[in-house]
Amino acid sequence: MSSAVTDAHEHDHDHHGPAKGLKRWLYATNHKDIGTMYLVFSGIMFFIGGFMALIIRSELFTPGLQFVAPNFFNQMTTMHALIMVFGAVMPAFVGLANWMIPMMIGAPDMALPRMNNWSFWILPVAFSMLLATLVMPGGAPAGGWTMYPPLVLQTGDAFPFLIFSVHLMGLSSIMGAINVIVTIINMRTPDMTLLKMPMFVWTWLITAYLLIAVMPVLAGAVTMLLTDQFFGTSFFLAAGGGDPVMFQHIFWFFGHPEVYIMILPAFGVVSEIIPTFARKPLFGHDSMVYAASSIAFLSFIVWAHHMFTTGMPLTGQLFFMFATMLIAVPTGVKVFNWTATMWKGAMTFETPMLFSLAFLFLFTIGGFSGLMLAVVSSDIQYHDSYFVVAHFHYVLVPGSIFGIMAAVYYWLPKWTGHMYNEKLGQVHFWLSTIFVNVTFFPMHFLGLAGMPRRIPDYSTQFADFNSIASIGAIGFGLSQLLFVYVVIQCVRKQGAKASSEVWEHPKGLEWTVPSPAPYHTFNDPPKVAAEVAFS
Amino acid sequence: MSIEAQSRKSSGRSLGWKLTIMAVGMFAFGFLVLPPLYDVFCEVTGLGGKTNSSAAEVEIAVDESRQVRLEFVTTVNQYAPWEFRAETDGMTINPGALYDATFVAKNLTAKDKIAQAVPSVAPQQAAKYFRKLECFCFTTQEFAPGEEKQMPVRFIVGSDLPDYIDTITLSYTFFDTERLSDNSSAMSHSSPHETHSTQ
Repeated sequence: MSSAVTDAHEHDHDHHGPAKGLKRWLYATNHKDIGTMYLVFSGIMFFIGGFMALIIRSELFTPGLQFVAPNFFNQMTTMHALIMVFGAVMPAFVGLANWMIPMMIGAPDMALPRMNNWSFWILPVAFSMLLATLVMPGGAPAGGWTMYPPLVLQTGDAFPFLIFSVHLMGLSSIMGAINVIVTIINMRTPDMTLLKMPMFVWTWLITAYLLIAVMPVLAGAVTMLLTDQFFGTSFFLAAGGGDPVMFQHIFWFFGHPEVYIMILPAFGVVSEIIPTFARKPLFGHDSMVYAASSIAFLSFIVWAHHMFTTGMPLTGQLFFMFATMLIAVPTGVKVFNWTATMWKGAMTFETPMLFSLAFLFLFTIGGFSGLMLAVVSSDIQYHDSYFVVAHFHYVLVPGSIFGIMAAVYYWLPKWTGHMYNEKLGQVHFWLSTIFVNVTFFPMHFLGLAGMPRRIPDYSTQFADFNSIASIGAIGFGLSQLLFVYVVIQCVRKQGAKASSEVWEHPKGLEWTVPSPAPYHTFNDPPKVAAEVAFS
Repeated sequence: MSIEAQSRKSSGRSLGWKLTIMAVGMFAFGFLVLPPLYDVFCEVTGLGGKTNSSAAEVEIAVDESRQVRLEFVTTVNQYAPWEFRAETDGMTINPGALYDATFVAKNLTAKDKIAQAVPSVAPQQAAKYFRKLECFCFTTQEFAPGEEKQMPVRFIVGSDLPDYIDTITLSYTFFDTERLSDNSSAMSHSSPHETHSTQ
């Protein structure tokens, strides 16, 4: 093919719309298409994982064994966690990154579009493998999502499928992270220096580095499990000179940064939304960047606070306790800055803002229970109790999930070109917020009273709070059907037409393109006008 | 494609490769570096409750002024078909003096079996002061069908043991080496002692 023909072809390529039918999705390289697929995938996983949560909560509605056998119950707790962490929360943030990062930095697409296609299409394969374990002999993995040996080595035929699906999820996340970093570093419009980037882009940049640093370590840990089981190594087998506690160290070296991987992008989302609806620029933009970076750095040196009860010398306990408490400082800076952004702002309370405010309040509650868990002397009491369950669900559900929902409501008009139903959105918000607290707040009391986690049955003094939590869970689950209804309504263009700004003078380049965002945006790097610039 | 876009593309490629190398490097760090590092760290600090795995040379310097309680714990791994106990529950010792203790194990199957005992000391801080001159855990132990064996351990608790430790627990766990050498096949042909735990 001669160069002239190539040029003509490329010119043509730049302007054509999406391909027709299934090929558009299978061969997708457009960041908007891939972002949509990630979000839809994450939504499906959210409902599958949520259904498992409802099986758990139904079983726990009253003491005694009602609906499922204990082993199946353990499979549900394990699969619920794996699916929610790797299937729902992480892909949702990658989906938001795909949709928004190129539009926020004035880039035409992600830097490595074919790899982008790969990193998405690996996910359905990984989760088909994981979900298939439910019907295998011996059942799905039931040793907990943390996969501690030697217990996890007793998994039946599902074991290698568990390991390979974790490998694939890791591969997908790493490829996604590489793409995000290359896009942010290389594809910004020339006007936009690093510190002028929107906070969502910043938090994602930091998250992507965390992913590259720790997902391979998880891959290493599960590979060691695999070789211990099938190839005669003894990394974690005491009989051969190994140490099962080493797995916990390696796992949490991954696991603690992982929790920030799941919350930093939500920090970014909230940092976009609160200024828009307070009609004031974000307070302390640069200090937000430094705070997020400090959190990321500290996340590498606190892992052993997950294992205070494994036995460690006092100096070790003190170090990990104080390092953990130190994280409260940059997190406090962020909470302060969000609050200060709203100070004397002309606030309105549309659905994205409501979700952001609930995030701010409820995530902080989760942060405080985290501080309680960081204190060694009391952690020995709280360890493996429902208090821990309450803590991490407070930071993950009204934290990460509310962040994702806020983002969807905030940017949905930009994606579809139509407004969602504001009234139904607010109903969805209030139902979610009320039920999330009904579900998880009683778990604090259960944990402090001594109810252990991961059990299908419990003694009768825990009955009342458990039924309250189960009612809340069913309510929360049903409320999410309303969310799907609102989103579908908006995608089918049943709302008012959205202007290109959508909200009242929001900052950021994504609001300079029409709504719905055209299939190709920013083929030429845009100038960043003062009124949309961040400083 | 403009020159600018082309150079942007090539620098994107090279950054992409650097990040890929970083990810591969972190895998190597997790898989190849961390496990040996963990062992060295545990050995240097004495954490993890592990004791010396081959005979130690120690000088006898008995500290008559001090007595420490030593307790024995024996555990049989879930899949190991042995009966395993210590001859006494424990003993009171002087730091720096030489002692012998005897453990007894019996093969409960009608097959030849090879066992490996793995010791552990609690509190962990005491582990590096607990020095074995001779131990049945230094090598594997072979058992004929139904054989019962008396197995000695000879040790000294160093007289430099920190003064806040007044009780030491020595625990042995008995493992079947057959399972170790082929973990997966041992799981598939299950004998009465090797019950599948997923049931």
